[in-house]
Amino acid sequence: MVSLLPGPPAVDTPVARPRRGRGRAGRWLLRGVAVLYIGILVAVPLALVFQRTIADGAGAFWDAISAPDAVHAFTITAEIALLAVAINTVFGLGMALLLARYRFAGRRLFNVLLDIPVSVSPIVVGLALVLVYGPTQGWFGPSLSNAGVQVIFALPGMVLATCFVSLPLVVRELVPVLQEEGLDQEVAARSLGANSWQRFVRITLPTIRWALAYGVVLSLARAIGEYGAVRVVSGDVIGQTQTATLRVGDLAEQGEPGDYQIALVLVLFAILCIVGISLLRPKEKKS
Amino acid sequence: MSTAGLTAGSAASVAPGGRGGRRRAVEAGSTVRLGPLAGVGLGAATLWMSLLVLLPLAAVVVTSTENGWSGFWDSITAPRAAAALRFTIGSSLLVCAINAAMGTLVAFVLVRDWFPGKRLLELIIDVPFALPTIVAGLVMNTLYGTESPVGVVLYGQRAGVVVALMFVTLPFVVRTVQPVLMAMERDVEEAATSLGAGPLTVFRRIVLPTILPAVAAGTALAFARAMGEYGSVVLIGGQLNRTQTSSIFAYNQIQDGNLADAAATATVLLVVAVLVIGGLDVLQRWVARRG
Repeated sequence: MVSLLPGPPAVDTPVARPRRGRGRAGRWLLRGVAVLYIGILVAVPLALVFQRTIADGAGAFWDAISAPDAVHAFTITAEIALLAVAINTVFGLGMALLLARYRFAGRRLFNVLLDIPVSVSPIVVGLALVLVYGPTQGWFGPSLSNAGVQVIFALPGMVLATCFVSLPLVVRELVPVLQEEGLDQEVAARSLGANSWQRFVRITLPTIRWALAYGVVLSLARAIGEYGAVRVVSGDVIGQTQTATLRVGDLAEQGEPGDYQIALVLVLFAILCIVGISLLRPKEKKS
Repeated sequence: MSTAGLTAGSAASVAPGGRGGRRRAVEAGSTVRLGPLAGVGLGAATLWMSLLVLLPLAAVVVTSTENGWSGFWDSITAPRAAAALRFTIGSSLLVCAINAAMGTLVAFVLVRDWFPGKRLLELIIDVPFALPTIVAGLVMNTLYGTESPVGVVLYGQRAGVVVALMFVTLPFVVRTVQPVLMAMERDVEEAATSLGAGPLTVFRRIVLPTILPAVAAGTALAFARAMGEYGSVVLIGGQLNRTQTSSIFAYNQIQDGNLADAAATATVLLVVAVLVIGGLDVLQRWVARRG
């Protein structure tokens, strides 16, 4: 089967060095167009964030990221992301084991449904959660409010929105690895008397550890960066439900200082994730 | 990154197995029936999926038809909603066309060419996936906003939205085409060259047919992403009518408390996303069958 899986190449494959003579001009042309396209579209804008932040100076940087509202925004962003990633990891592990190893009715439906959250608009995600958990109009909202649980315009709703948009990220990394590995070792371990916990810890976990790490990093980056869905469900109250990304948006819309500085922190985190992923990919492929 | 890696990855792996008699027979050897523990797990997963995804999405569809089918139709054909939809579909299609061509070109260069700095280019391509969309929006607004340092002002222009969409969808085609190109055997191309075919003929007759399904898949993913994009286009759009995408329109309706109108537009976006995923599933199986 032709794989459509994306991801940076695992290893440097041998590539043809530029030929001499015929075709050389074409090669240079293609290379130039590719480098220019990526440069203008991505590299220049990215460099601009660094340049703006540096131009404003270290004092401005420190002021922007240490303002109480900014610290609060970073804190709840971290809380929400960690919670959402933890939930997604547990769900992802369970779902991947089910999809890879078991036959059950509705399995194919699960497979298709899992992909919807990453393809749909974040605004749709936010609206969907408001319609079910909203305090006044939501299907469950009023009863939850009566029970003293506020979901929308509060952290639980923001965690739900973040879980929603990153739902399949862990599952999709684990399923192919589990399927490739098969059940032989598990069956052997069981025949030797290992219980299901021992088999999970000693066989399954070591097999999938790099894929799991990769999925967790993907989820984390997505969770930290979510904007639209969180904006809809949070109410975006400064110092309460304003996350780091919401703060960047608010400051930029109001033309207030501090947006570049907070954006730079997010950019650095994104770059960290990319580097982490490019280091994890090869290991995942090898294992 | 991710997010997209995400998206792209997900579509790709719509699991092998579970479809068709022959596959099922092969698969039976490696899967087992649900035991009690797995049964409980399946129950919990189903419950979580229902509470998180299914019920909320169902609520969107139900709310959109609160005033009947005609209410839904009136909502999406109201002048501003329809204009937003037309602009969203038009700009997404344009961005897809650009992506299909440029993504294939970039993938080709990354696989077939070697030059200093290529690894850096590889890393940079993933940036749009990992970068929070609002940061992408901020960056685009700085570069092409009213005080553009390069003198190109796209603020409040439809072109600004298109450029932002090109930024966030860049990796899709590159990352789906790249592995297929890497897996391609070169001997057929070499044979064609030795028989006198020029580079363009080799590309058109040999390379293109092989990578076409991957190009299509990447383009479809980019289309889905462009249709739903919000954070990266909201700043540069400048909240003007002419640059209002359906996501921005839906968000504004939510803020104004018009949940039924918001839900109608959201339903259209949801249907598009489901169609793209369904289409990719079909494509995936077709590629698998073709071998």
